[in-house]
Amino acid sequence: MITISIDGQELKAKEGQTILEIARENGIYIPTLCYHENLSPYGACRLCCVEIFKGGRSRIVASCLYPVEEGLEVKTNSPHIINNRKMIMELLLARCSQNEVIKKLASEMGVEQSAFKAKYLENEDCILCGLCVRACEQIVERSAISLVNRGVNREVAPPFLEPSADCIGCGSCAYVCPTGAIKMEDKDGTRVVYARNWEKEFKLKKCKKCGNYWAPEEQLEYIREKLNLPPDFFDVCPNCRESVP
Amino acid sequence: MEKIKSLQDLEAFRNSIAEKRKVGKPCIAICSGAGCLALGARGIINATIKEIERQKLKAKVDIKTTGCPGFCEQGPLVIIYPQNILYTHVKVKDVAEIISKTVINGEIVDRLLYTDPTTGEKFIHESEIPFYKKQRRLLLGNNSNIDPNNIEDYLALGGYSALAKALFEMTPEQVTEEVKRSGLRGRGGGGFPAGRKWESCHNAPGEPKYVIANCDEGDPGAFMDRALTEGNPHSVLEGLIIAAYAIGSHEGYIYVRNEYPVAVENATIAIKQAEKLGFLGKDILGSGFDFTVRINRGGGAFVCGESTALMASLEGKIGEPRAKYIHTVERGLWDKPSNLNNVETLANVPLIINKGADWFNGIGTEGSKGTKIFSLVGKVNNTGLVEVPMGITLREVIYDVGGGIKDGKKFKGVQTGGPSGGVIPESMLDIPVDFDELTKAGSMMGSGAMIVMDEDTCMVDTAKYFLTFLEEESCGKCVPCREGIKRMRQILDDITEGKGKEKDIELLERISATLKDTALCALGTTAANPVLSTLRYFKDEYEAHIKQKRCPAGVCKALIQYYIIDEKCVGCRLCEKACPVEAITFMGKKKPVILDQSKCIKCGICKDVCKLGAVGVK
Repeated sequence: MITISIDGQELKAKEGQTILEIARENGIYIPTLCYHENLSPYGACRLCCVEIFKGGRSRIVASCLYPVEEGLEVKTNSPHIINNRKMIMELLLARCSQNEVIKKLASEMGVEQSAFKAKYLENEDCILCGLCVRACEQIVERSAISLVNRGVNREVAPPFLEPSADCIGCGSCAYVCPTGAIKMEDKDGTRVVYARNWEKEFKLKKCKKCGNYWAPEEQLEYIREKLNLPPDFFDVCPNCRESVP
Repeated sequence: MEKIKSLQDLEAFRNSIAEKRKVGKPCIAICSGAGCLALGARGIINATIKEIERQKLKAKVDIKTTGCPGFCEQGPLVIIYPQNILYTHVKVKDVAEIISKTVINGEIVDRLLYTDPTTGEKFIHESEIPFYKKQRRLLLGNNSNIDPNNIEDYLALGGYSALAKALFEMTPEQVTEEVKRSGLRGRGGGGFPAGRKWESCHNAPGEPKYVIANCDEGDPGAFMDRALTEGNPHSVLEGLIIAAYAIGSHEGYIYVRNEYPVAVENATIAIKQAEKLGFLGKDILGSGFDFTVRINRGGGAFVCGESTALMASLEGKIGEPRAKYIHTVERGLWDKPSNLNNVETLANVPLIINKGADWFNGIGTEGSKGTKIFSLVGKVNNTGLVEVPMGITLREVIYDVGGGIKDGKKFKGVQTGGPSGGVIPESMLDIPVDFDELTKAGSMMGSGAMIVMDEDTCMVDTAKYFLTFLEEESCGKCVPCREGIKRMRQILDDITEGKGKEKDIELLERISATLKDTALCALGTTAANPVLSTLRYFKDEYEAHIKQKRCPAGVCKALIQYYIIDEKCVGCRLCEKACPVEAITFMGKKKPVILDQSKCIKCGICKDVCKLGAVGVK
């Protein structure tokens, strides 16, 4: 165990943990947009930046990635950090000027309006945090979507923006998306997973017992094959399966 | 050629090359560097081969295609050995005369000699030309003596002797110590001490270890890594093998951008030749040390010159950087200890091993040792590649080596360090070329692009140019870089279009501060430099754009007007014919033409074609 200090609080930490992990464990708030505890840290949104002090010098680092070390001193709320976070929110607000999640987060940080001229404001929802891409790759293990193109042209997309053969319609991307840029809707036996410029439709499986549509057929087939389950395993939905005597 | 299996074999082979070359045949060396090729060197090479055959001189005269000697402005360049006569601006029709007069009879073709544009003096030898006088060409000097595709040329000049010395007379630790003591710092931009990097990589736990040569040169205006890899690939390769030996690596890569096809080709050939002779592969020169190298071609993303992005690209992933809180020397390529050095850094290594750390650190300043190659471009008379000792002043580089500003114009600023660097003004031209001094001045050494700007350059427009470049080249991963650069560019667009507001400057400074503090990689943290440095030294130009809606340099189209200076115009109609939108009306001979502002698109062609200076801009 090593000891570090965050905002003056002495805290115990394990080697290899990140500043953000220790902060979360101890109830210290550091805002994030591209972090999820079940996914590898990515360091893209830079909201989690904190100031660290070592050998009389200070430095700004991304807390989601910085591994702690003995004696590390961290400040999560120095004026320096607050100014930078505000600017990052202003930049995000200029990109996502109508997005409620971004507007709310910005407001919490004291940013009510972006300083940029109205003619340049955009109406995007995606902030390119890459959570969806990482969830699809690391949790679902399908890599149906990825980050394509560079710089200002960067976007999340399936190959060639066509419905991806690898997408099973599980909706993890929509679930993990912090800004609602990827959406999922179930209606009349079909599910649609979609974003601004791509979508895929899925046929939902009907439960033989209750008649409810309960999950995309492609997803169930993927799970069935992966776990080597019998062909009729998913004929009934989990609710009905439990009620079978 | 057989594999060389011992030190004695190597010396015997070297002697046999010297023996073969004792005869001293005259040699026509034609530069086939990128600049000369673009100016038609291929035609000169073909014509020379044909002419030699026609005059039945094949057995008596050698033809050599060489690397770039740097004087690109004067290309295509041809050097005649043994007299060392330099011919400039050579054309295909000159070839026969060069062969019959100079090669056969030793006569000099006067009109092909370099003429100093200011004094009119003619020079026969490279070394006498002012462009070369203040240079110290430790790395580039051999380019014009070597056919990059012939390893024997490199060996004849002592090539691979540093490798032999390292392998047989020094331990890996001694090699690292020598490089550390030499004070060699990374030439790719960061300026990190090379020896310390090697040591960290050597000491890092984990196997295998990788060494990588970074030839993903991407700065606008920079082409020194290209010239080295194209012109003297074995010097880079030798440096890489020595680095591998010092670090304990057995696998290496040369990462070359694919837009450098000749560099890819020459490095590939060099590797094959080195493998064949036993400088690469198993049991190198019988020393027991194994090392192999592969070429990896980059797809042309500027950001892939950044170490972590380069390694991601090498792994076949998207070329985007990651945080470097754990350094690449510990966990780099495939999470193994990896040492990445720039091509120019590596090319210095054989020299340091051969001549010693003391010799090397005798050149330069306290904090910056050796020489640095710059690509001197822009509004300077002698454009090309220049290699100067560290510590030389920017003024000496621009005025003595570069021959001053083109067309007698006034110097305004020099951008060093490419898009990540900054513009240095006239008042600071006496600072020395030195990693730390340039950083202090708000710019950086960078990879060594030096873009000279004259009074006709608008500094706001310059900042906008670099920001536009960076906006396109940002990988887009982190918010401050992707969004911040775009917003800065938009603000600069507004300023150059006369729509700037006074508070825009403050906003530029605020975004700059956040970029510097929070961006993920060096592309982002330095991206604001072109704006910050121009704001620091040329704030009055920003203010003129914003407050008076005026572009003092006469560049920003929305803020300028072309007009006819009636007293100077003689109605020659040159401008009328050149104008693409018929905005100029001929009013009769010897009468000034009339320029219709409502039609003018401000392309400036009228000003360019006018021989009397009768078109003004305000």
